[in-house]
Amino acid sequence: MKNFIIAGIFSFLVLASFSQNESKNTNLPSVNIKTLDGQTVNFQSLTNNGKPMIVSFWALWCKPCKKELDAFNENYEDWQEETGVKIYAISIDDARSTAKVMPFVSGKDWEFDVLLDPNSDLKRAMNVNMIPHTFLIDGNGEIVYQHTSYYEGSEFELFELVKKVAKGESISEK
Amino acid sequence: MRKRSISLLLLVLLSVLSLKAQVGNVLDQSQVHGSFQVDGQYYQPDEALGITDSLLNGHRVGLNGFGNIIYTLGKFSAGLRYEAYLSPIAGFDPALDGNGFPYMYVSYTDDKFSITAGSFYEQFGNGLVLRSYEEWTLGYDNALNGVRLIYQPIRGLIIKGVYGSQRKFWDKYVKNGRGIVRGLDGEMNFNELFASMADSKLRVVLGGSMVSKYQIDANPIYKLPENVASFAGRANIGFGKFNLSTEYAYKINDPSAINNYIYKDGEAFLASLSYSTKGLGLFAQVKRIDNFSYKSDRDVTVNALDISYLPPISETHAYALTSMYPYATQPNGEIGFQFLLNYKVPKKSKLGGKYGMGIAIEYSQINDIVRNQVDDTTFINQKGTLGYTSDFFKLGNHVFWRDLNITIDKKFNRKWKAIIQYMYQTYDIATIEGHPGEPVVSSRIAVADITYKFTSRKSLRAEIQGLWTKEDMGDWAALLLEYTVSPHWFVSITDQYNYGNPIKTDQIHYFSVAGGYTRATTRFQVSYGRQREGIVCIGGVCRQVPAASGLSLSVSTNF
Repeated sequence: MKNFIIAGIFSFLVLASFSQNESKNTNLPSVNIKTLDGQTVNFQSLTNNGKPMIVSFWALWCKPCKKELDAFNENYEDWQEETGVKIYAISIDDARSTAKVMPFVSGKDWEFDVLLDPNSDLKRAMNVNMIPHTFLIDGNGEIVYQHTSYYEGSEFELFELVKKVAKGESISEK
Repeated sequence: MRKRSISLLLLVLLSVLSLKAQVGNVLDQSQVHGSFQVDGQYYQPDEALGITDSLLNGHRVGLNGFGNIIYTLGKFSAGLRYEAYLSPIAGFDPALDGNGFPYMYVSYTDDKFSITAGSFYEQFGNGLVLRSYEEWTLGYDNALNGVRLIYQPIRGLIIKGVYGSQRKFWDKYVKNGRGIVRGLDGEMNFNELFASMADSKLRVVLGGSMVSKYQIDANPIYKLPENVASFAGRANIGFGKFNLSTEYAYKINDPSAINNYIYKDGEAFLASLSYSTKGLGLFAQVKRIDNFSYKSDRDVTVNALDISYLPPISETHAYALTSMYPYATQPNGEIGFQFLLNYKVPKKSKLGGKYGMGIAIEYSQINDIVRNQVDDTTFINQKGTLGYTSDFFKLGNHVFWRDLNITIDKKFNRKWKAIIQYMYQTYDIATIEGHPGEPVVSSRIAVADITYKFTSRKSLRAEIQGLWTKEDMGDWAALLLEYTVSPHWFVSITDQYNYGNPIKTDQIHYFSVAGGYTRATTRFQVSYGRQREGIVCIGGVCRQVPAASGLSLSVSTNF
């Protein structure tokens, strides 16, 4: 009987170690964030079919963030066509302004997905100190590059890296 | 018997092998991430600002720093944060003086279940009845220390429970000196719960919370409630391009130093409606707060130990002069509303030009609530009484805040772009900053933020600002020039000039120079010059910053 229990426990452990959900980026933190209309999504479930993703933290009160996202938006169509990259803009606005994010995004006519992190849970899990903070994630869900602050023209630097990552080349500067 | 031993041995061997494989597998998933930041200031005497050697009194250096480490191993994660304020930068609460590990946690999270022990940040709904959070730049941290459980039995239903005490500067708990906070929250997403609603245009999320704090009553005069409960219900309803978000909270009587120890129950209400379509966003919201300060120590009046978070509904302005008079929520009572329009004039139209043009118009106003005597013999807000009665729908005559502003942003061509902002603000400095007798500040503010690109990587940005008022310190002008070389370098010079100050000797230039270098996530920034006295507000919490003069250095990185 004892043996069965032991065998049972271990086979469970063995099975457990193999059962990994495939549609998840387990390299990324498992943190719940919200869509603009209040639905909950887990950050790990954001994927782009093996193509690179840009994840950028911003807020309504952050001027350089909005400039960066405007710059992304201007180039987004071309970038997608060339590399299939997907952009997620994560707003860390708190309850003061979360409800204003959706009309703001519409007013800006941004084409990419915007998500909400109202109590900075994801911001903390990703170790973001200052915004804008932008991550480049490769097709395997690994963070291959990150950058804080935005200066005019930084988006072109980022896109050079996106192109490399899309081709499967490695990036030296991390 | 022997057969059994062999089979047992085999089993153990197999298990060890599989365990080893598993450990290897698990270790592959283990990750360490962290971040560091150090902000330092060196102060020097500055006669014009009234800073003398004796005032500095040897306090030459202020240093705030933290180091944050998060370790994850599959579903397990642990983290800690070291903080040092040696001594705190001018403007931070002196109680922060010291260093140590105020934040530590371990947690386990799988698809359905999550448990955290130690320090954690949590928010129920909009935070009206519970929000623990941190804001490094303000020195604010009301982390809960205890246990949190999150359970998601099925898709679309999330239940959270928290139990703990709140951080106050360096103390996680003081026996008999602090309350214990307990809370429960549930949220249902109808579109996920019911298959028939999965593709519905109507999107419904409902939630409810209950929070209670326990603090011993040691008051010699009054019999104070030791358990104070609060309840909140919320809804988020979307229909096509419309979105309605609302929350109502109720709190049992909670006499405190903030509300002058009155026994009135408290209420808070928030509602917002938005309409969003391609190129256009409309937004309107109302808010009413009535006696809703909720702290885990009823005798505390400083910025600490807040259980509730009462978001201000004024706009967060981001330029130096537009944010000179920032509004802060009045927890004892306020009623306000806000309207917002965001519009993008389409590309290739006459007004929009090649790149389109953005227009934003915002109006917000916040008044006091109406207070009536509870009976003929009791003053309004008299200590130890029911305080007052208030009509939910009535707007008080006393205006705390009014702001009308318009922002236009336009890219003219590959080289030039600009943001123009103009606003009218009314700011009741007597109430908001607690300076009784001072007249209400009415100001007009204009900003032009112009960027010129020399090449794709080099650009110059100029901010030209003016603030005109007859009250407080009078008129201001500000200029900022910033040269950036992407993605690494920036240098800037700033001057804020109080040319309209009625006191001639206070017509001061606040001049400073700054430079910075960023490589990936590592950022250095140095600045030298004067810092204007004022209020820094982030997310509704404000910190008074004293005038200072000297050198500042900031280093930040993460991995």
